[in-house]
Amino acid sequence: MTKVTMTVNGISQSAETEGRTLLSAYLREGLGLTGTHIGCDTSQCGACVVHVDGVAVKSCSIFAQDVAGSRVTTIEGMANEDGSLGVVQQAFQDHHGLQCGFCTAGMVMTTSALLKGNPRPTEQEVRHGLEGNICRCTGYHNIVKAVLAASGQDAVAMAAE
Amino acid sequence: MIEFEFVKPSTVADAVKALAADGAQALSGGQTLTPTMKQRLATPSVLVSLNGIAEMKGVTVGGGVVTIGGATTHATVAKEASAYPALARLAGGIGDPAVRNRGTIGGSIANNDPAACYPAGALASGAVIVTNKRSITADDFFKGMFATVLDEGEIITSVSFPVPLKAAYVKFDQPASRFALTGVFVAQYAGGVRVAVTGASNNGVFRWKEAEAALSANFSASAIAGLKVSPKDMISDLHGTAEYRAHLVKVLTGRAVSAA
Ligand SMILES: Cc1cc2nc3c(=O)[nH]c(=O)nc-3n(C[C@H](O)[C@H](O)[C@H](O)COP(=O)(O)OP(=O)(O)OC[C@H]3O[C@@H](n4cnc5c(N)ncnc54)[C@H](O)[C@@H]3O)c2cc1C
Ligand code: FES
Ligand code: FES
Repeated sequence: MTKVTMTVNGISQSAETEGRTLLSAYLREGLGLTGTHIGCDTSQCGACVVHVDGVAVKSCSIFAQDVAGSRVTTIEGMANEDGSLGVVQQAFQDHHGLQCGFCTAGMVMTTSALLKGNPRPTEQEVRHGLEGNICRCTGYHNIVKAVLAASGQDAVAMAAE
Repeated sequence: MIEFEFVKPSTVADAVKALAADGAQALSGGQTLTPTMKQRLATPSVLVSLNGIAEMKGVTVGGGVVTIGGATTHATVAKEASAYPALARLAGGIGDPAVRNRGTIGGSIANNDPAACYPAGALASGAVIVTNKRSITADDFFKGMFATVLDEGEIITSVSFPVPLKAAYVKFDQPASRFALTGVFVAQYAGGVRVAVTGASNNGVFRWKEAEAALSANFSASAIAGLKVSPKDMISDLHGTAEYRAHLVKVLTGRAVSAA
């Protein structure tokens, strides 16, 4: 076993790992941060997306030891300081951008990375940016609206029905 | 997944040493290898991460050539290879943002998936694949589906692309995987035109020589109107028949010429 330390949601954290311990397992089992979901476990669905050093990655395809020392942000780090929902999270709630919620953590993490690089995306850019995140419930329209709303745009006027 | 020893060297020399161990295998982005290991289709006893090797990262431009470090991610190429816009766009169209943030050019070219994008870009550009021990032209490098001339433990340290006069890559997405159902890269150089096709053939990426001759004489979509692509040896699966892929090769080549 090898002890791996990372800065997760601003706090330095450590857990024991094997070589094969995935970042998703390190977060969920090592640190108890179960907000990051595992859907496909084959880097297809995006449920497990977290940020490593500021960029969105699929934590089920990365070994914990490969990102030792990194800065990681998970869904648990997305709320405001006072515990209220962050802008992206609130937009998903307001626009009913989730049903079962299984994909939502990954959707929120991908969205916040997308908006950092492109603060006012078009509907097309939003759909393109979310290509790696699969949702079995919503049919995506309300997710797209939520992302547009989170960017401060008039989502209802912009998004296709 | 079967347990292994994880090592992360910081130089190519140390990585080569680590890869000499019995059962050692290189890891880059892990976008292909990690799922493969979960299925136990790969069972390395030592996994050698190339992600800590600074000399294998980044994009440099000089003398009409764009050189990309083997461990450079697709996202970095999309952002930094503006000296070769068609190549930057190819990188920006791979998979999805999270795949592009991790997946690397070295991993893609070493893996030589029959539907991958970079092999088409490398072959159409007459790129040179540089390893820890030799330089290999793209024409000699790819050896059919998932096969290359790489030896055991050999690492792609960089890939050099001569910048063409005009070029474009057009991919018909397989909508579930976002790999190329078929993709065509066309590049026009002073010495002639090169056309490379991915996603179509059972033998992996290939050059469409008839189109190259026609386009070298006349670089317009109409120049290939009279050509036929044989469905023999084309991939046939639930996403498309061999005939459909053969048809796509010609349509996409025309589109790539118009877009270049
Ligand atoms: C959802 C999804 C969609 C995708 N869509 C596309 C697409 O549209 N187009 C496309 O082209 N690809 C696509 N890919 C594949 C992606 O580009 C991978 O990044 C690529 O195939 C492998 O690169 P990697 O860096 O992740 O390599 P790894 O998975 O780490 O390694 C792959 C193989 O290459 C070997 N290797 C790695 N680096 C080197 C090196 N420097 N030298 C020698 N050998 C090396 C490894 O030992 C392994 O055998 C997709 C992948 C996913 C998961
Ligand atoms: S669980 Fe990681 S991509 Fe699906
Ligand atoms: S809300 Fe159920 S999978 Fe997206």
